[in-house]
Amino acid sequence: MTGTINLAAAEVQQASGVANAAWLLLVLPAFGAVVLLLGGRRTDKWGHLLGIATVVAAFVYGLILFFSTTSLDAAARTRDLHLFDWIPVNSLNVEFGLRLDPLSLTFVLLITGVGSLIHIYSVGYMSDDRDRRRFFAYLNLFVAAMLLLVLGNGFVTLYFGWEGVGLASYLLIGWYQGKDFAATAAKKAFLMNRVGDVGLALAIFLMFKNMGSTQYDVVFAQIGHQSTGVIVSIGILLLLGACGKSGQFPLQAWLPDAMAGPTPVSALIHAATMVTAGVYLIARSSPLYSLAQAADARLVVMIIGAITLVLGCVIGCAYDDFKKVLAYSTVSQIGYMIVAVGLGPAGYALGILHLLTHGFFKAGLFLGAGSVMHGMNDEGDIRRLGGLAKKMPITFVTWTLGYLALIGFPFLSGYFSKDAIIEAALAEGGTRGWVFGGIALLGAGLTAFYMTRLLILVFLGKPRWENLKSADGRAYHPHESGPTMTVPMIILAIGSVAAGGILSGMLPEWLEPAVGKLQEEHGPLSATVVSILTVVISAIGAGIAFALFGRGEQPVARPERVSFPVRAARADLYGNHLNEALFARPGVWLTRFLVFVDNRGVDGLVNGIAAGLGGSSGRLRRLQTGFVRSYALSMLGGSILVIAALLMVRFA
Amino acid sequence: MTNPTSVSSAGSWLLAALLLLPLLGAVVVVALRGNDGTAKAAALGFSVVEFVLGLVAWFRFEPSGARLQQSFSFDWIPSFGVHISFAVDGIALVMIAVIGLLVPLVIGAGWADKLPEGRSKGGFFALILLEQALTVGVFAATDVFLFYVLFEIMLIPMYFLIGSYGGQRRQYAAVKFFLYSFLGGLIMLASVIGCYVMAGNELGKGTFDWATLVQVVHDAPLSTQIWLFFGFFIAFAVKAPLVPLHTWLPDATAEAPIGVAVLLVGILDKVGTFGFLRYLLPMFPDASRKLAPLVLVLAVAGIIYGAMLATGQRDMKRFLAYVSIAHFGFIALGIFAFSSQSLTGSVTYMVNHSIATGMLILVVGMVIARGGSTRVADYGGMAKLTPVLAALFLIAGLSSLSLPGTSSFVSEFLVLVGSFPNAPVYTIIGTVGMIFAALYVLWLYQRVMQGPLRGNALVGAAGGPGTMVDPEVGAKRAIGDLSGREKLVLAPLVLLIVGLGIFPKPVLDIVTPAVNATMCQAALVDPVQAVQSGERQLQCR
Amino acid sequence: MTPTYYLLLSALLFTIGAVGVLVRRNAIVVFMCVELMLNAVNLSLVTFARINGSLNGQIMAFFVMVVAAAEVVVGLAIIMSIFRTRRTASVDDSNLLKY
Repeated sequence: MTGTINLAAAEVQQASGVANAAWLLLVLPAFGAVVLLLGGRRTDKWGHLLGIATVVAAFVYGLILFFSTTSLDAAARTRDLHLFDWIPVNSLNVEFGLRLDPLSLTFVLLITGVGSLIHIYSVGYMSDDRDRRRFFAYLNLFVAAMLLLVLGNGFVTLYFGWEGVGLASYLLIGWYQGKDFAATAAKKAFLMNRVGDVGLALAIFLMFKNMGSTQYDVVFAQIGHQSTGVIVSIGILLLLGACGKSGQFPLQAWLPDAMAGPTPVSALIHAATMVTAGVYLIARSSPLYSLAQAADARLVVMIIGAITLVLGCVIGCAYDDFKKVLAYSTVSQIGYMIVAVGLGPAGYALGILHLLTHGFFKAGLFLGAGSVMHGMNDEGDIRRLGGLAKKMPITFVTWTLGYLALIGFPFLSGYFSKDAIIEAALAEGGTRGWVFGGIALLGAGLTAFYMTRLLILVFLGKPRWENLKSADGRAYHPHESGPTMTVPMIILAIGSVAAGGILSGMLPEWLEPAVGKLQEEHGPLSATVVSILTVVISAIGAGIAFALFGRGEQPVARPERVSFPVRAARADLYGNHLNEALFARPGVWLTRFLVFVDNRGVDGLVNGIAAGLGGSSGRLRRLQTGFVRSYALSMLGGSILVIAALLMVRFA
Repeated sequence: MTNPTSVSSAGSWLLAALLLLPLLGAVVVVALRGNDGTAKAAALGFSVVEFVLGLVAWFRFEPSGARLQQSFSFDWIPSFGVHISFAVDGIALVMIAVIGLLVPLVIGAGWADKLPEGRSKGGFFALILLEQALTVGVFAATDVFLFYVLFEIMLIPMYFLIGSYGGQRRQYAAVKFFLYSFLGGLIMLASVIGCYVMAGNELGKGTFDWATLVQVVHDAPLSTQIWLFFGFFIAFAVKAPLVPLHTWLPDATAEAPIGVAVLLVGILDKVGTFGFLRYLLPMFPDASRKLAPLVLVLAVAGIIYGAMLATGQRDMKRFLAYVSIAHFGFIALGIFAFSSQSLTGSVTYMVNHSIATGMLILVVGMVIARGGSTRVADYGGMAKLTPVLAALFLIAGLSSLSLPGTSSFVSEFLVLVGSFPNAPVYTIIGTVGMIFAALYVLWLYQRVMQGPLRGNALVGAAGGPGTMVDPEVGAKRAIGDLSGREKLVLAPLVLLIVGLGIFPKPVLDIVTPAVNATMCQAALVDPVQAVQSGERQLQCR
Repeated sequence: MTPTYYLLLSALLFTIGAVGVLVRRNAIVVFMCVELMLNAVNLSLVTFARINGSLNGQIMAFFVMVVAAAEVVVGLAIIMSIFRTRRTASVDDSNLLKY
């Protein structure tokens, strides 16, 4: 499979007209964040409104920019806006500039659009928190950093945004910082992301070494002339970065823990936008991954995606925490996207398509989960829920629409995006096609299973919460949430239903200037067969879930005597154990050992020399006995020695 | 490209004033030490004026002009060819500016510190001003003998600052600090004399003039260069602390008063890395190239070792020292990776480390001032009581782990990206050090600021056991958030961290020409040449 | 007459003086032995001056005499005051000045 090399670099135009003000996209949310953070308690009253206003303004500007771009020729849609030289040192010039092209604009709309909805939702969700203002500041900070990530016109500006969203994510996961688990989860997220960041950083260093620049235009123009080793190394290092940010194997363990943050955060950052940055990175680097020499890198990408896809599904089947199941679902859905972009020119657009539809329905699902928890004293254990459909009708309906979209119910969003990925994977041809296609199909079945389980345990069946009290001793009084929360859910539900159908036709063509033409290959099975197969397998998964959980009473306590696969899945397939055993514990031991070495060894040596000098002078001191005659004797001895030495020199 | 040793004397009065003003200040403050209030005001006044002078010198400096500017010189010991001569290049200038920035902040931070029995504020601040004068001199000296003298004299005020005003084991720490540095300095003296003798053989008359020595020693045979190199290197490696010559720093930092720790880590230690750049590379280019792997190993070992030890510390001030050791590893890595990017990165790292770590030390000092303990285990959940302090703690910490958007990122990125082409393996290990940086910063932040309220220092402040006060309420009564003075001290640092993180060009523009001149003197060539055009390439004359 | 005998005498006197300093305990005797050594040196100085035909040695001898006289003054004074305070003139008894 040889992709046409897409030298986007040759076609970059200077931004003009309305695009000249694109820096507003960064400055608006950043301004909101700064005002809210510096303003302190003075801004408590209107802080959330400022937060919403800045993000909505960015969204409106994004729309204007979008429509002004669609009116251009396809060739003129890739534009650069140079702001200033950021780090210029001799042959290295890191620019601070923006790349406005279909890919980045698509992300701008997703980020500011979903971001606006979640800002509005947060007004209701966080209404009881006395630090709501600060929450909005952090959300704004996140939006600004995420926009920088997608808009930057070089890998270093991308890295800036990349770590910026990491910071926002850290702050928001650790929102309830009085609780140790939240603080630990935040730290874990940041650290695992840093591991990925090292990959991204090294990729940037390789680019500078071999191509003398880190700007997209130069790098993508030069990448074709590099040796296969360099191309594959950069490809795999970028993937490592993507793994960190997108919760891909082997760096997936932080994402479920990240659910310690408030639910809007889970929806915005850990489902819809930030975690998809890895997909963006690979799609953005499509000129690299599309090269024939990068075939090995692409294969690694697909393998990582496929492993994660299955892993997320399997663990998702066993968890009892509402948000963590959704988190693992996110992990596995991003696995799909990574598989898609790993396909190369046949998949970039499909990956982005799934990313967008997933942004809608997963954000909706999380907001639904937040709405449930908001009404249930923050209870997240699905075994203690149940039968909430009647108490929360709007939440139930919107959530179910998102659920159907996710499992690929015909003609809803997921159906268009996920089926297309499965089909493209099968079309790879040969064993590879069957393996990845098969895994993707299996994943679809598992997804249907765990999502149906979630639906049944939360919304259907008997209300198991009636005789229980929450951890703080209050009884449960489930109620529907207010309009600031339901309206965003309704909008997202509409998106979950319609986005796939609308976008699947237009998106590939729209993205062409950025990621190249979508190459549709025809595999062993026709599109219709694949669609039917996927729907059937999903139906089987859902059916099994109904059979297992739909009938009879579900225990409130979690069954402990379970088979090995369930135990393994509950323990994250031992991912955390592995990290603990391989890195954390040896690290602690090594640290303690080094502290010992430093105190006793290195410093001991220094203090030892000092003590040795002191001790030996203490001994030497004893020669001064105070007996004058012994001094006289030593003087005599000394004189004789000197004379002897003189004579030796003289006559030797 | 200007001649790497060209000198211009325009504006020399500025440099002279920069040198003399703190001296004058020290004298005046000592005279006023009877009254704490006036002494403090005078010290602050002098340091602020000095800072403004530093700014003027910055703007008077022409990046494209001569290598050494604002120079002046007169005889000191004519029979040995020793001069008192000072001048600044871009590298020295930014360091002098940083000194000018830090001293007023340190004075502001130490405004209300309790000193040991029988010590006056006036004496303390006078010593700080004296130290300032001497460090400015060290960075600006262009006579190698003068440099040596100042390098050693600089220890004396610091010895008293630690030994008279420090914590429990201050005497031990001060003596250790002094002996370590002094010994290193003596070894350097041997090399300084060696250079003098070589100049004597070569020119017929010995000289200590830096620019002349560079040209003389430069062509010496490799073996001679290596011996002379080691003399200087050991002195600088002690000062910069490179592993394994670092053990004085944790003790000195732990025992020094907070402000003095800032000066120690932020300025004094920089003399070591400054020496690498000003003396080792230009004077002994062959030896530097030959021995670069050795230094790189020490540098990278420092990055990892410092970071791991920082994670293992129980004492916050010792933690700060190990963090600095890791950072100095990055600086040394950049210097001995020999590319203009990595060298520029190292110089900006010196500046940004002073700002970021200086802020971290000040913030930790504010934590300690509230809790009265330096042990990490005595704290926990402090963010609830002091949200502003927690936020600033986090900003300083994030800057320490080189988050993009903070000034440290620019320098760390430059160091690593510039080092990679010449020293890929070392750079990869150094990059892994980034993970450790995140680990130790967030670890400390979590222990001190996050989680439920705990720890003797905080809960104990409620009034001891037996009182029925809710710990949170009680603690809040005793432990307040930042005062206006403390905010004022930290604000400029935050502004600089963010400002230089997003727009570092003003510093880069000043530093790059000096770095290019150093590259030329050391006959180094950038491994990566510009892609687009030749204009950005480094050209030596 | 050869000067050798003077030199031999000087060496003999010097040896007697040195041995006396080492073996005797009484400060006065030790002091006298020191004087003996000085005078042995004076003798050899004068002898060498004679051998070389220059006056330098003789001048040196005068110097030594002056110094010796000064030394006697100071030394005897010290011994006197030690004797007054400690009622002994043994050098081994006054050993306080040590480590």
